[in-house]
Amino acid sequence: MHSTPARLRLILAMLASLAVAACSGGFGGASPSAESSTAPIASEGASAAPSPSEAAEPVSLVYLVDDAEATILRAEAYIEAYTTLHPNVTIELETRPGGTEGDNIVKTRLATGDMADVFYYNSGSLLQALNPAETLVDLAAEPFVGNFVEAYLSSVSQGDAVFGVPSETAMGGGILYNKKIYADLGLDVPTTWAEFAANNEAIKAAGIAPIAATFGDTWTSQLFVLADFYNVQASVPDFAEQYTANEAHYTDTPAAMAGFSYLQEAFEKDWWQEDFGADKFEDGQELLATGEVAHYPMLTFALSSIEANFPDEVQDLGFFAQPGEDAAKNGATIWMPAATYIPKTSSNIDEAKKFLAFIASVEGTEAATSGVAPAGPYMIKGASLPEDALPAVKDIQAYIDANASGPALEFLSPVKGPSLEQITVAVGSGLYSAEEGARLYDEDVAKQAKQLGLPGW
Amino acid sequence: MSSSGAGPGGSAPATQVAARPAILGPQRSRAQVTSSYPHWFYLPAAVVFGVIFVVPTLLAFYFSLTRWTLFTTEFIGIDNFVQFFREPALTMGARNTLVYAAVTSGLKVVIGLGLATLLTSRLRLRNLLRSIIFFPVLVSTVAVGITFAVLMHPSDGMINRSLEVVGIDGPRWLTDPSIALLSVAFVDVWKGVGIALVIFIAGILSIPEDYFDTARLEGGAWVRFRHVIIPLSRNATFTVILLSFISGLRTFDLIWTMTRGGPGFTTDVLASTIYKQYQAGFYGLATAGNVVLFIGVTILIFPLMRFFARHEIEL
Repeated sequence: MHSTPARLRLILAMLASLAVAACSGGFGGASPSAESSTAPIASEGASAAPSPSEAAEPVSLVYLVDDAEATILRAEAYIEAYTTLHPNVTIELETRPGGTEGDNIVKTRLATGDMADVFYYNSGSLLQALNPAETLVDLAAEPFVGNFVEAYLSSVSQGDAVFGVPSETAMGGGILYNKKIYADLGLDVPTTWAEFAANNEAIKAAGIAPIAATFGDTWTSQLFVLADFYNVQASVPDFAEQYTANEAHYTDTPAAMAGFSYLQEAFEKDWWQEDFGADKFEDGQELLATGEVAHYPMLTFALSSIEANFPDEVQDLGFFAQPGEDAAKNGATIWMPAATYIPKTSSNIDEAKKFLAFIASVEGTEAATSGVAPAGPYMIKGASLPEDALPAVKDIQAYIDANASGPALEFLSPVKGPSLEQITVAVGSGLYSAEEGARLYDEDVAKQAKQLGLPGW
Repeated sequence: MSSSGAGPGGSAPATQVAARPAILGPQRSRAQVTSSYPHWFYLPAAVVFGVIFVVPTLLAFYFSLTRWTLFTTEFIGIDNFVQFFREPALTMGARNTLVYAAVTSGLKVVIGLGLATLLTSRLRLRNLLRSIIFFPVLVSTVAVGITFAVLMHPSDGMINRSLEVVGIDGPRWLTDPSIALLSVAFVDVWKGVGIALVIFIAGILSIPEDYFDTARLEGGAWVRFRHVIIPLSRNATFTVILLSFISGLRTFDLIWTMTRGGPGFTTDVLASTIYKQYQAGFYGLATAGNVVLFIGVTILIFPLMRFFARHEIEL
């Protein structure tokens, strides 16, 4: 058995790809399905040269999105509106799981060159982990980038390159509250943590659980820490840069530590509802809508599913920014919209760009609104909220109009520790103190920063 | 098994290899039998084994020394191992893994032997009862995990609802950190005791009838159990301990479907810690964790196997 070096290399390469595939199968479960393998082959010939008679030529694209109901409805609305304008184009929708499982599917498909023609994925820190400069098409020269609201650009950029177009609304992260309970008990919207604490005690005295915690879905536990970022930045304006450069941390920045302290306080003062450890996201929505709890720390995208299940009660829900130390500096933390990207391996980059141009237009936002009620403002210049937008969504718009809003930390820094949700559950369940939680999170952040290869770590 | 093995990588093949000689017995594995087939008959098997097991394992050893993003790798020496041992969840995970393996394998031996004694005696409905106890083994672990997670919900779950009827305020099975791991271990035993039962039944049935006849003369059921069944089903006991200890050490699916390692990190075992590192995109670090798990399981199991092999009895 003599194998030439070339053959050996080939075998090694095959084995390496086998190992990668084995990993993805492990986390994925529902990884690249039969659908996806048929798709790229079906598309039309040369991608680079746009032919003059393109309008007549049939073109097909595959659009990969996560499997959240709202995402699918919105993507279908984009596709329907776009293909009505361009009858020669067909766009096939493909779905993948969300969360960390979805992250791995996206990374694996990009790494193996098997990505759909266009795909939907988070902006901000998660985008940075996709190695966008190597894997995604740079859109900086495209005219539609000029349509973005200025504040959005950095969430989809790396250096001078721009990679995606906003494909949903921005969301507020803060406290959703039941206005009926507030009216019944004569409470005012709090702007400081002390006022919030007083409200909670009044609500508890009235026999209602003050705050919904849904640790059965661990990601929901992070809001007190993440949504506090506007307040952090108000007191430490350069926290994001220092944190990225390994100069500021949660343990040595009292304003940043506050989010962990709030979780500890809420547990110690018994503000959670009874089944906080087992209840899930859906339970939290129901508890809030039906008035069994008064507050739910959450992102406003939850409103669209609350609206689907509780169309009347959703009108009684409002939103306020997470209260901090200083009423004068209180404001809302905003989550930037996820974006649609084009991988460099796309079979038809030109057509994909046209589709992205549509998504990034005012007509695109109108199409999106026809699919899903907006959960916040669009990041496209000239787009507006419909008259019948939900009251809680108008509450966020009010913060933005009053210039009292700013993006969450994950849109200003590429570093977000992956274990935050377990740590916040532990602090919110009384297993760790706020200090221990912050210390563990700092270690978690360091791991992520090293993985990203950032300078200074 | 291969699909669940693919997540926390190298552990699955390692334990299969470790388990095999114990079942076959040491005499056979050491015997120098002259092969009746030419050596190249082994080649297809060797190629399959090499490509699917040996090479990926060696690659895993290499990747455990790199910072691997799927897009690029950077050689960083043993940093991953240093990081892995500093992991806050690691101490908890290692402790939980051992507790879980010890509790499940202990209970499976005790309950399995008891049931096997009962179900080898002259009992009506014996075969039906055997089938009922074996049935959970056939159900998908993930389905069992999800079902029990619903049953164990603190206020809406059927278990606590039933306890309420008789006036007991049931505990928060999966969300109280002090009992969550034991709740999962209990489900593991419920699901896995059928295998132990089958092994014990085989062990008891292989005891020659003479011993039972003597026991009948010497005294009643207790003598039969204490002086015949317990000592003479020792081989079966060793097999059950070994198998359930190994599966306890690399347990993952039940933990993941029932608690995801929570609340916080209180039910994290090594495999779920590693899985979460993969999920977070720390591919090199997670691979280092797998190498540690691989070596750790080997270190624990080999002495156990040798001990059992030395104390095996001839019937």
